[in-house]
Amino acid sequence: MSWVALYTQLGGVNKHSTSLGKIWLSVLFIFRITILVLAAESVWRDEQADFTCNTQQPGCKNVCYDHFFPVSHIRLWCLQLIFVSTPALLVAMHVAYRKSGDKRHIIAASRSGGDDKTRQVDLETLKRRRLSITGPLWWTYTCSLLFRLIFEAGFMFAFYFVYDGFQMPRLVKCEQWPCPNKVDCFISRPTEKTIFTIFMVVSSAICMVLNVAELAYLITKALMRCSTGISKRRTSGHVATDKSLLQNKTNQMLLSSVTDSSSNKTAYVLPSFPNELFLTGGLLYRPTVLSKSPNSATIVGQRSDVKE
Amino acid sequence: MNWASFYAVISGVNRHSTGIGRVWLSVLFIFRILVLVVAAESVWGDEKSGFTCNTQQPGCNSVCYDHFFPISHIRLWALQLILVSTPALLVAMHVAHRRHIDKKLYKLSGRANPKDLEQIKTQKMKIAGALWWTYIISLFFRIIFEVTFMYLFYMIYPGYKMIRLVKCDSYPCPNTVDCFVSRPTEKTVFTVFMLAVSGICILLNIAEVVFLVGKACSRHLSNAGDSTMGAWITQKLCSY
Repeated sequence: MSWVALYTQLGGVNKHSTSLGKIWLSVLFIFRITILVLAAESVWRDEQADFTCNTQQPGCKNVCYDHFFPVSHIRLWCLQLIFVSTPALLVAMHVAYRKSGDKRHIIAASRSGGDDKTRQVDLETLKRRRLSITGPLWWTYTCSLLFRLIFEAGFMFAFYFVYDGFQMPRLVKCEQWPCPNKVDCFISRPTEKTIFTIFMVVSSAICMVLNVAELAYLITKALMRCSTGISKRRTSGHVATDKSLLQNKTNQMLLSSVTDSSSNKTAYVLPSFPNELFLTGGLLYRPTVLSKSPNSATIVGQRSDVKE
Repeated sequence: MNWASFYAVISGVNRHSTGIGRVWLSVLFIFRILVLVVAAESVWGDEKSGFTCNTQQPGCNSVCYDHFFPISHIRLWALQLILVSTPALLVAMHVAHRRHIDKKLYKLSGRANPKDLEQIKTQKMKIAGALWWTYIISLFFRIIFEVTFMYLFYMIYPGYKMIRLVKCDSYPCPNTVDCFVSRPTEKTVFTVFMLAVSGICILLNIAEVVFLVGKACSRHLSNAGDSTMGAWITQKLCSY
């Protein structure tokens, strides 16, 4: 269990991210996790062994090291990377939940009619399909972005607070017990540590900027979608020019006439999404086919991928 | 055998868990096992070499370290994580046993074509009947192991805080000797973190038990809708 396992988990999230999200993930893995593992860890490896104090007093070195480095940089960065990566799993869980719901509907629909081959094809398409970031998934994604920002900012603040800035001093003066009077203690590789600290801080800042940009992009897209939806509803009036509006009307008519049994087309049972979803730009289901089972009227539709 | 192969074994259980069970598994892997491997192990890496006593007496260092740290935090956490994850394998075993029985039944009834047998393998089992009991028992074992380890931790290292200085007078140390622990603050931070996540895992397990019991009750009430007993219970509940 290591960074590789985390990479495998998060790599799966990549499919359902925006382009900015994919860039953020690459920056995270290449400029932060890889640099941490391949370079920074070896710089900080001898941090306590080479922390030298100008005294023979046993225990003074331990105590002074603990006083000036309550939590090592490396551990802070590890925790920061773990916490910052985890909100992306919220999105992965939401997508998995949605896909399992869709899978159940495909299987239920194929049981009531339709052959095995179509079901297999449908299931395969479902597995590979990229969900558009609309509706509840938009909210999950936005929440995950907000959490990422909060964790990044929180850790950067904690870093600044614990180490009084981002520069590693060469010498620290320590007067903790059992050190006699004031003792000079020397830190190993201060310049190299300063360089890596600044590098990690800058990467962290770039990630924050990417997250803010992604948030702005998602909000703008959602607003544009809302305004397009509103303007379409206004211009169409009573005449349903939009296909989905027309379909909605026909579905409602069907529901009201339960005993009619003219059609014998293949039926897929729709999930219980509210009607409003059909009116937004990011449709998951574009109903085109209507059918009725003998006992009750069912609003059905043909599944189609709608990209963002 | 390492954490990676352990991860492979345990994540197979994921399929037959509830939603809360999957969240618990993610918390376990990301906030406990991953943090243990990438961060905590390096904090405790030099715990013996960095343990310094104010004496030149040979052997005093080792004896005092052994007296104050009978078992290292890292080893306790590793044991805890292994024991806490293992009850999930009970569920996996039960599912495998059920599938084996289903396969036998299919073969006896003459439906031995590979497609049907494949379907048994990929089918997700509902947590009902005997599987429900296995799942609940595995949850109870998880909770018991978690609580036991937290109690053990408290018994061996009272207070959860790592002290900077310990005073040791075990033989062969002359009189009482000051011994200094390496990185006490960092160790305290990680101890508190691991305990907090352990507490969260206990809460998730309790929530999962409550969820499963609630589901079973609602299933029984809806199934026993025709019987007089079920109707009586439903009426009593509705009257509140």
